[in-house]
Amino acid sequence: MLRRGLNRLCGGDEKRVDSRTIYVGHRPCPPTEAFIPPKFCDNRIVSSKYTVWNFLPKNLFEQFRRIANFYFLIIFLVQVIVDTPTSPVTSGLPLFFVITVTAIKQGYEDWLRHKADKEVNKYPAIRLENGQRARTYSENIKVGDVVEVVEDETFPCDLILLQSSRDDGTCFVTTASLDGESNHKTHYTVPDMEKDLESLSATIECEQPQPDLYKFVGRMHIYKHDQETFVRSLGPENLLLKGATLKNTKKIYAVALYTGMETKMALNYQGKSQKRSAVEKSINGFLLVYLSILVSKALVCTSLKYWWQSREGQDEPWYNQKTQKERDTYKFLKMFTDFLSFMVLFNFIIPVSMYVTVEMQKFLGSFFITWDKDFFDPEIEEGALVNTSDLNEELGQVEYVFTDKTGTLTQNNMEFIECCIDGFQYKNRDSCSELDGFCVTDGPISKLQEKAGREKEELFLRALCLCHTVQVKEPGPDERTELDQVDQVDGLDQVDGLHRPLAQAQEERGFIASSPDEVALVKGAMKYGFTFLGLESKTMKIKNRQNDIESYDLLHVLNFDPVRRRMSVIVRSRTGETMLFCKGADSSIFPRVKQEEVDRIRTHVERNATEGYRTLCVAYKRLSPEEFAEAEERLQEARLALQDRDEKLTAVYNQVETDMSLIGATAVEDRLQEEAAETMEALQGAGMKVWVLTGDKMETAKSTCYACRLFQRGTELLELTVRTLEGGRRREERLYELLQDYHKKAVQDAPPAKPGVTRSWATAQQEYGFIIDGATLSLVLNPADANSSRYKSLFLQICQNCCAVLCCRMAPLQKAQIVRMVKNCKGSPITLSIGDGANDVSMILEAHVGIGIKGKEGRQAVRNSDYALPKLKHLKKLLLAHGHLYYVRIAHLVQYFFYKNLCFILPQFLYQFFCGYSQQPLYDAAYLTMYNICFTSMPILAYSLLEQHICIEVLMDNAILYRDIAKNANLRWGPFLYWTVLGVFQGLMFFFGVRFLFSNPALQDNGQVFGNWSYGTTVFTILVFTVTLKLALDTRHWTWINHFVIWGSLCFYVFFSFFWGGIIWPFLRQQRLYFVFANMLSSVSAWLTIILLILLSLLPDILLMVFRKPKTHVRQKKPRLTSAGAPKSPRASARPLLMRTFSDESNTVC
Amino acid sequence: MMASSYNAKEEDGHHSGASGPGGAAAKSKKPDNTAFKQQRLPAWQPILTAGTVLPAFFVIGLIFIPIGIGLYVTSNNIKEFEIDYTGIDMSSPCFNCSQNFSWNSTKPCKCSLPFSLDQPFESNVFVYYGLSNFYQNHRRYVKSRDDSQLNGDLFSLTHPSKECEPYRTGSDNKPIAPCGAIANSMFNDTLELYYIDPNETRTLIPLVKKGIAWWTDKHVKFRNPGGNNSNLTASFQGNSKPVNWNKPAYELDADPENNGFINEDFIVWMRTAALPTFRKLYRIIQRKNNMTPTLPRGNYTLEVTYNYPVRSFEGRKRMILSTISWMGGKNPFLGIAYITVGSVCFFLGVVLLIIHHKYGNRSNNSDIPN
Repeated sequence: MLRRGLNRLCGGDEKRVDSRTIYVGHRPCPPTEAFIPPKFCDNRIVSSKYTVWNFLPKNLFEQFRRIANFYFLIIFLVQVIVDTPTSPVTSGLPLFFVITVTAIKQGYEDWLRHKADKEVNKYPAIRLENGQRARTYSENIKVGDVVEVVEDETFPCDLILLQSSRDDGTCFVTTASLDGESNHKTHYTVPDMEKDLESLSATIECEQPQPDLYKFVGRMHIYKHDQETFVRSLGPENLLLKGATLKNTKKIYAVALYTGMETKMALNYQGKSQKRSAVEKSINGFLLVYLSILVSKALVCTSLKYWWQSREGQDEPWYNQKTQKERDTYKFLKMFTDFLSFMVLFNFIIPVSMYVTVEMQKFLGSFFITWDKDFFDPEIEEGALVNTSDLNEELGQVEYVFTDKTGTLTQNNMEFIECCIDGFQYKNRDSCSELDGFCVTDGPISKLQEKAGREKEELFLRALCLCHTVQVKEPGPDERTELDQVDQVDGLDQVDGLHRPLAQAQEERGFIASSPDEVALVKGAMKYGFTFLGLESKTMKIKNRQNDIESYDLLHVLNFDPVRRRMSVIVRSRTGETMLFCKGADSSIFPRVKQEEVDRIRTHVERNATEGYRTLCVAYKRLSPEEFAEAEERLQEARLALQDRDEKLTAVYNQVETDMSLIGATAVEDRLQEEAAETMEALQGAGMKVWVLTGDKMETAKSTCYACRLFQRGTELLELTVRTLEGGRRREERLYELLQDYHKKAVQDAPPAKPGVTRSWATAQQEYGFIIDGATLSLVLNPADANSSRYKSLFLQICQNCCAVLCCRMAPLQKAQIVRMVKNCKGSPITLSIGDGANDVSMILEAHVGIGIKGKEGRQAVRNSDYALPKLKHLKKLLLAHGHLYYVRIAHLVQYFFYKNLCFILPQFLYQFFCGYSQQPLYDAAYLTMYNICFTSMPILAYSLLEQHICIEVLMDNAILYRDIAKNANLRWGPFLYWTVLGVFQGLMFFFGVRFLFSNPALQDNGQVFGNWSYGTTVFTILVFTVTLKLALDTRHWTWINHFVIWGSLCFYVFFSFFWGGIIWPFLRQQRLYFVFANMLSSVSAWLTIILLILLSLLPDILLMVFRKPKTHVRQKKPRLTSAGAPKSPRASARPLLMRTFSDESNTVC
Repeated sequence: MMASSYNAKEEDGHHSGASGPGGAAAKSKKPDNTAFKQQRLPAWQPILTAGTVLPAFFVIGLIFIPIGIGLYVTSNNIKEFEIDYTGIDMSSPCFNCSQNFSWNSTKPCKCSLPFSLDQPFESNVFVYYGLSNFYQNHRRYVKSRDDSQLNGDLFSLTHPSKECEPYRTGSDNKPIAPCGAIANSMFNDTLELYYIDPNETRTLIPLVKKGIAWWTDKHVKFRNPGGNNSNLTASFQGNSKPVNWNKPAYELDADPENNGFINEDFIVWMRTAALPTFRKLYRIIQRKNNMTPTLPRGNYTLEVTYNYPVRSFEGRKRMILSTISWMGGKNPFLGIAYITVGSVCFFLGVVLLIIHHKYGNRSNNSDIPN
């Protein structure tokens, strides 16, 4: 940050403009009047936060910025300055310990970062200096340097590709370490580049560094010797990113563009916003309560002290005179310091160690998620990933689950099922056997055996073969890469079992594409005889049915984007014909083709969509040379634009893609994820509301929802889409009417069910599903008229009463908008988003808990998530088992901490009434210090890591148990009050029990008497034992670690007390505890009192447990029985989506 | 917490990822199938139900009630006699002494209180003095001592701890030994007991002044400067006596084993009491033989040398005679508490039994259809 700030200062004018200019090879270029070497940051990556020199001050500053640490620092300072009952050590030592441990941890992490930085910065690189290759280190590379990168090396900074060893001016890179996409991406040299880099004189004008990995706009000016200037546009395809690796290319030359902290990789590592969990908010609430208890205790004591002292002879009896200094102190100052002293005396009620323990619990606890072998997916050979440990317990509190469809609910593993050419249906012969019994109902399919005209057929297949961005994995130049490829093909086979024999027949050919649909389509075309052979220097080769090679010049690719929802290619055949092929979603294609063609195909598309297939329509257009020339000119112009390039390009694309003719449609099946239905069922059983947010078509999404059993046969669907809004009148009116109607149905007429109870309880009750699409949603959220809030609240109320909500046709930002809306609604429910693609990132970041699926669509979702899972099915265990346990553990941890410190400090408070409000501590300083650090910290930490109050299998089987802890059940004011009352009760017990015992302090059989330190030690012994045994009572899962830690810390207490009291410690001013503990144990009365009081203190808890137990016992058993006896068997969903022959239309209201 | 380490990991992974997909790297990612990591450690899962707790309640009841009865009986058998000699009332023999008290008087004021014991005290009798409304546990008071001085440290003898203020240096600017408020206010009444025979002769009852302090205090914690056998007068040369003492520390007792800092009265006093009303062991009356009681019933006189003023802070002074049992002095609390808790447990056991009986039947019924 500082570095960048400095740069901004130094860089001056250069920084302020929107673009930067780079002189390739630092050579001045003729037209520029003066060569000013611009200042850019160097290529050092600095991810470390500290240096050796600033570590201490900077780290301390950062640590004391935390409220808790600062509070303890203040307490410590008060102890140092004011004459307080306890020595500064009692609070200084724990604070020091906490600060040191945190500092060591952060220091270690920073050291790792330093090491990683050094490794990156000292990475050898080759730079061209005056035509000579010079070895140097990565950190020395400056912007404008021309560097050489050889195969399998990573790029030292962001580069613009100038020259490649491959003939066609391309190079392959893999960005596995950047976004996880392991396929090889093709990057291109700048067109018309001179061969001789030495004489190249060029400048690059490009935008300022920005973090988006896939966006780049720039322009290169090349100055030839004859003073002629060429301008070439630069896009992301010319940019090689730092961190990516060169593959299949011997070597390249490239010019450094962004270096060091300005590379896209470095910009992407900037920290994410911190998410705070609900538990933390509860802790803060409790803290306030305890803080007020603390302050009121101190106030009570201070005022009582001055009242007491005002009585005759009590302030300064002859035996206990004040020092002169004390007498001279101004009275109100004395009152204030007395108040502070009491605060210090009672400050242990808010323990330092709680924060440490909570942090430790979260940090260590998160390892159980990474370690869980159930989360390990053999296919990608990875387990779960925890990016933040702050949210573990939030996993047990989820109320709303927002899930993406493609890649999350479904596998994103596409399979070509059928196509429709000119209204005639073609089915994949391979899957025919599976189709037995499939009932064909709609018209055109009865002509199944009929074929469209041969010409149309071939045109369609050519379109499939040409209109894509698929790469062919050809055998590499050397053995090593070949091996690599076999792996790749195997990988494809595994996921695509149906095509195994076929794929092997394909001479080990693999296809790689950014979207699996495209691969499925190319493979589909292959089955019908058209094989795509590959793209070489802008020439696409396909093998047609006659085994002839046809080649086409690829003129332009009009890229896919989610807004347009289509992509096109412009190719020129050998015959000189220029054609545009376009494929895309029906909604984006139909308006751009002739209407009469649409009608023939629409029925197919809709039927396929209903069956859950992803449909694409294919269209084409012949371009006359004039048309093409015009289009090309405009494309070039838009591509060279530095500003708003995307908008301009889109406009040109839209212009070109008109008046096309529709040739056919394809249907691709996207299979459901393993156990998707069971997972969804479990989530709903656990009381979570599942919302599916997808960019897909409504029909496809709806059938997926049925397949996942989010909607069931009896579910009444409330539809709020563009279709239901059609009806002549104004859409707003209709929308309002429908909302009212649905609201009446789902909210008002619904029986007053208890909140949170849905599904599985109420079989008699009508269930509702809600469907809304993107266009309608924006109407609801941003309406034109003033009824905005009314729509929104109606909509929310309806949604809250539906068992599942489907939002289709969503833009990524809309997904986040929905999450935000639910997050901020009444009761602020905890939301969870799960998704796998870049389009889910916004909703993952928005939700309380973001979960990324390590799917096929790259790593962006994983990188931005809080937790990453290999598969959707793992969500069940993550929430029902891990989330539940973590929540129960941390809730118990927090409550227990407050409780144990309350009954620790209460006797000390009560003692003030017996010692003339003189702030005399009841316990020895060693006990005060060690209580939270040593005697009682380990058992609760072990508990909070290992406790399974219900074992994992039962939790997984009975999703309903999740509802027990819903709405922060264990950290509400009720349980808090219970713990507080318990703490107060026990504190009173400890103090007054011992008080009555000490009414005659002659407790030994030799008549000798005990003093105040014996009193304190007795109370403390009872306290430590009671508090530890209370935890033992609460422990339901006794592993050897629990045994060890619980009995161990009790033993440690006893041994420590003996040891501490057994020696005259030379460094102590007072030997208060000398043999106090041993003498206490020699008294039978003390023993009997200790036993009695421990038992008495635990009695209410035992009773409560016994009386409460029968209920929970039954509740644990019952759901298991019902789920076993339930008629709906969860096995059914293993069948393909295809086999499900429901008719959802009949259930729809409209 | 993790977010920061995440950065480092990614940077690390940057190169290992670049070196190509290796089989070894993938293998190490698979989580270990250990019981601990999979949260499958064998565990004992106790469930507290009425069935398991019931017997425990009965057992506790059955154990506690006899113990309680035993304690109560023991406590009741302890003989205790208490006499207040503060001298508040005009009628009290010590009224004059308490009224005319002055720190400077050289002639000690004496008073004698007659009393009679209704029952003989059979075993060893312990003589306590009791003070009320005396805040020995006041913070300013508790810390006003120097333990290293009391442990015989020669440096501390001449340089007492600052905690001892304002009882650190005497009027002659010499350091006080023993310093501090506790030592300064040491109880210095002398109590003497006389038995008055039926034939009106007074016999002095011998009071043993050893064994009244904790053994460890007497032998380890408290030590005279320069060792316990040295010349105490010489050792305390450079010190002045505590302000309110009328004799220096080395004149506390004639017996060198009980003089100076290791004087047992002094040690007892230095162990600060827990509550403002307290008693401290003063003397022991040893039992002579098995035939005669230590203190037969009859009339006695308590002779008090009244040196210790308590009326300025509305305090009280008592003399207590008590026998001791295995549980210590007389304290009915423990016995009553044990009997109460035992009965409550027993009662709860019965209640639970009834509930369990009823409830158990019901749950059995509901289980049958399943």
